[in-house]
Amino acid sequence: MEPILNGDVRCPVHLYSGEEAIAAGVCADLTKKDYVFSTHRSHGHYLAKGGDMAELMAEIYGKEIGCSRGRGGSMHLIAPEKGMMGSAPIVAGTISLAVGAALASYIRKEKRVTVSFFGDGAAGEGVLYESLNFAALRKLPIIFICENNLYSTHLPISECRAGNNIYETGKLFRIKSYRTDGNDVLQVYKIAKKAVELCRKGQGPVFLEFMTYRMRGHVGPDDNIQGAHTDIRPEKEIAKWQKKDPIDKFERFLIKNKIMNKEDMGKIWKQAEKEAHKTHAIAHSSPYPKKGELTKHVFKE
Amino acid sequence: MSSKNRKLQFSLAINEALHQMMANDKSVFLIGQGVKSPWYVGNTCQELLEKFGQERVIDTPVSENAVTGAAVGAAIAGMRPVVVHPRMDFMMYAMDPIINEAANWYYMCGGRSSVPVVIWGIINRGGEQAAQHSQAFQALFAHIPGLKVIMPSTPYDAKGLMIAAIRDENPVVYIDDRWLHRQEGVVPEEIYEVTIGKGFIRKKGTDITLVSSSYMVTESLTAAQELGKYGIDVELIDLRTVKPLDESLILKSLRKTGRIVIADGGWKNCGVSAEVSALVSEKGFKYLKAPIKRVTLPDSPAPASRVLEKKYYPNANNIIEAIQTSIKKKN
Repeated sequence: MEPILNGDVRCPVHLYSGEEAIAAGVCADLTKKDYVFSTHRSHGHYLAKGGDMAELMAEIYGKEIGCSRGRGGSMHLIAPEKGMMGSAPIVAGTISLAVGAALASYIRKEKRVTVSFFGDGAAGEGVLYESLNFAALRKLPIIFICENNLYSTHLPISECRAGNNIYETGKLFRIKSYRTDGNDVLQVYKIAKKAVELCRKGQGPVFLEFMTYRMRGHVGPDDNIQGAHTDIRPEKEIAKWQKKDPIDKFERFLIKNKIMNKEDMGKIWKQAEKEAHKTHAIAHSSPYPKKGELTKHVFKE
Repeated sequence: MSSKNRKLQFSLAINEALHQMMANDKSVFLIGQGVKSPWYVGNTCQELLEKFGQERVIDTPVSENAVTGAAVGAAIAGMRPVVVHPRMDFMMYAMDPIINEAANWYYMCGGRSSVPVVIWGIINRGGEQAAQHSQAFQALFAHIPGLKVIMPSTPYDAKGLMIAAIRDENPVVYIDDRWLHRQEGVVPEEIYEVTIGKGFIRKKGTDITLVSSSYMVTESLTAAQELGKYGIDVELIDLRTVKPLDESLILKSLRKTGRIVIADGGWKNCGVSAEVSALVSEKGFKYLKAPIKRVTLPDSPAPASRVLEKKYYPNANNIIEAIQTSIKKKN
């Protein structure tokens, strides 16, 4: 939070807090050869796919060592060598790109799988339906993953759709479609594994809808509580979902099944915190892009 | 006939470029509406499906947005797709993948991922097809950083520019005009490139510079020949590439002639002719002996009725008038 409040980070950040189980569960089923395309809320996908945390942080700080060399910022994360092919904030804009990457694999006869992450808001865009149809028509190895966090920026899903039934749209195109609790990492892992296997066998595409909730607001650290500045979500609703936090849930599972104890878990938290601080320090101290290189990267020579 | 002088139709020159590039490079594929239907694409795509199969010659449903996006995504994933829009008007559905994604991609990824895609749009006007089957959108795309825009005017260029576009590492918008498809010209049989970003002097002259592109080159040549009979020696520049403009070629010619007329098959406002005019005003003002003249479409949608249509599209006569006004020399 600090770097945002003190102005070090001005680039809009769409935090993934509350949805971690989806990226973690899905990407655990993928290899680095598999492709991922993502959205404005892409930090989790980038990290879960193996992207470097310091490069992510430096990108958010607008630095030259950032994963997009300070040209893209928080909404344009890329690690091609890890199969993180890119992310972009035009709602639904990367869905068709992911279809194209899957088409490339189909033409080259590879076993590679492509995952397209998008939010519930993307279900309002026509290109999703064009993409579903085309991918189904060509039986492309792609998994469409809708992270349904119940809000399209400020608008609750009840005001966006006549029914909260996004996964059913996949069925219209004869695509195997499933809805699962997106805050349960083991369930996510299990269903995504099945989807990956189907795609590798040439039985794609697959549509997965994961029900989840963002613990922060649409953008930035604000939590969008009703009555507060941004005035979006009922406090009770937020409290209800806090109890379903995916990390807490997984910790409870690990303890209950005696896989890990609290002490070991504490060590992991400490380690993560240390790593995060370190990457902030790297990002903070590394140089900005050179002003003279403003128009570098417009065209590839 | 020696192969050096082999003549080919404009549309078949495109076809040959596609055949040769697909045979040469497995990452090249063709996708779009009607690629297996002459009703859509004439003979530009003939025998591609038979030769390369439906995995690399992909006829699609009418889903311009997703299909163009798929071409862009495939390019990001290492392919060299050509996506065709048999009528450019329908390409407007694909503005998001072209502008937001393809054009910006290389920059916003800090140069870590490029988009070698050819977006091929055909201007398909005339024949009383009215406003939504007639539009020439070169200026729209030329406005966008990260896109190259090319417009062939001859069979030679149709092939050479298509090959250059396929080999380019960036998104290239290739715009051709159906009115050129039946033209014949010398086309070498081998693979060759026409350099993107370089214009070409179609006719040398000393009295006035005429800047033109695509089908307007045909009308411009007629105009130049006609004016020659009256002692007006026109230098005709074919832009070949609308973006990036070959600035030095235009300025060098203007320096010699001191007069300039720009003929473009699009609209005037913020159009290609406006861009060339701005270039001349900024960098060639001192050479001007007369005001810049422009020959373009009127600021109006295309009509259906043949009477109005005939008036709508500029031709050699309009160019002759503009040049005569500039030179103030009546024949």
